[in-house]
Amino acid sequence: MNVLTSFCNNPANWFFIKLAISLIYMVGMITFVSVFALFAIWLERKISAWAQDRLGPMETGGFHGWLQTVADMLKLLLKEDIIPDAVDRPLFKLAPYIVFASSFAAFATLPFAANLIGTDLNIGIYYIVAISSLVVIAIIMAGWASNNKWSLFGAMRSASQMISYEVPVALALLIPILMAGSLSMQDLVSVQAGGFWNWTIFGGGGFKLPFTVVALPFTVLAFLIYFWASLAEVNRCPFDLPEGESEIIGFHVEYSAMRFGMFFFAEFANMFLVSGVAVALFLGGWYAPLPFLEVSAETSPVLHNIIGAFWFISKSVILVAVQMWLRWTLPRFRVDQLMHVCWKVFLPFSLANILIVSLLVVLFNQ
Amino acid sequence: MEFLSELIFWCFVVLTVGSAAVVVFHSRIIYSAFALLFTFVGVGALYLYLSADFLAASQLLIYVGAILTLIIFGVFLTTKVMSIDLPEQSHQRFLALIPITLIGIVILWVILQTPWAVNPAEAAPTTKELGRLLMSRYLVPFELASVLLLAALIGAMRLARYFKMEE
Repeated sequence: MNVLTSFCNNPANWFFIKLAISLIYMVGMITFVSVFALFAIWLERKISAWAQDRLGPMETGGFHGWLQTVADMLKLLLKEDIIPDAVDRPLFKLAPYIVFASSFAAFATLPFAANLIGTDLNIGIYYIVAISSLVVIAIIMAGWASNNKWSLFGAMRSASQMISYEVPVALALLIPILMAGSLSMQDLVSVQAGGFWNWTIFGGGGFKLPFTVVALPFTVLAFLIYFWASLAEVNRCPFDLPEGESEIIGFHVEYSAMRFGMFFFAEFANMFLVSGVAVALFLGGWYAPLPFLEVSAETSPVLHNIIGAFWFISKSVILVAVQMWLRWTLPRFRVDQLMHVCWKVFLPFSLANILIVSLLVVLFNQ
Repeated sequence: MEFLSELIFWCFVVLTVGSAAVVVFHSRIIYSAFALLFTFVGVGALYLYLSADFLAASQLLIYVGAILTLIIFGVFLTTKVMSIDLPEQSHQRFLALIPITLIGIVILWVILQTPWAVNPAEAAPTTKELGRLLMSRYLVPFELASVLLLAALIGAMRLARYFKMEE
């Protein structure tokens, strides 16, 4: 113990301690993402079954088939990795890695709790938006390398949809940024402290009462635009044209085994990511809905972080469940309707929203 | 600590220069387009070493998210993209020597003239200062660039709609 204390007290060793902590955090995060993906796939099947009045997986693992996705993943890992002859091998192999890496890289600035964050960059939210744009290239790469007309068409659909919907997503995210006056994720969260009435979605975000009432419709609108547009960003229903299930052939039709599994994992990681961003920016981040439900950092720093992470993950999982619920309730948009909604509905509304909210921020920010 | 940071720096340098070499020398145009992805990411990472965090994220968003996608779509629209052979031998070598020497002299002159900052840049947030400069000192270039982009946007729409109107 003494050796450890003296090692930790020597400033020369702080770098290694930091490195070790980052590595542990990284491994912990990748474990969390994998476990979450397994859980989310099971949840998706259960919710789809519930929406369609059936039971879903019931056998594997006893209670409501909770081991089903673990078994599925093992199957995917053990399956033969088939690479068709005519594909462009290097690009075909590279694409799933880029998709997974870029959605995982965005988790670096997701604030799970007060100290539970990879790195609190001062451009945190901008970094998330920027690094997510790598996915588009990787999807085009996958579609092209598959050397299959339907994959390429699927990739084109996917790319055009993701590029278009990046615009309303970014514009809607500007509302909380305007109100908090910062791009850092922890700053964006910390202005929403002290109960759900201070959350950005309810017009809080660091402002007091008269502003809150006036701004309420506009912040709710910003949240709704962000949530709908992010559904399209992660290719969820009603915007799941890039993939479909049995009706439309998506960009990953030539992929099998774990390479397909990586696209699948990345999709569920992305669902958590967009929900996490919505929670951090609009729904109070890791703060509890009511102030007495959290432990202050003075009482117990460890408990403060654990309770914070609990609230953050619970809120995000609820949003993920809403995404699934929508998927099994709504029919799919046609591609022209999709573009119509993006450019002719979301875009003008979010632009007007920015103008109004910035005017309000200037008026009330005395 | 210095060593590790230096090591990562050189990794990014190798990534940037290596992928840039693929962009220039690869005989298949689609590989060149995809190699550009790594060049852009590498350049973005090098911006981080200059403490230009906002610029680094913008590099990713604008170059990878928008410009590279546009380039790849452009490549797709090229006829016979699979079989296109990029000429690998050079023509008119002596004529080409003149502009290349001139460009080389200019670049060399710039390299020698620039007072390079040899000390590591201060790691300070740049976003606020950038925003202030764009809204004050560089307002006119900023607005001019927006107008130019808007004109290009309208022009592209007019071109895309052109044939429909004829009918």
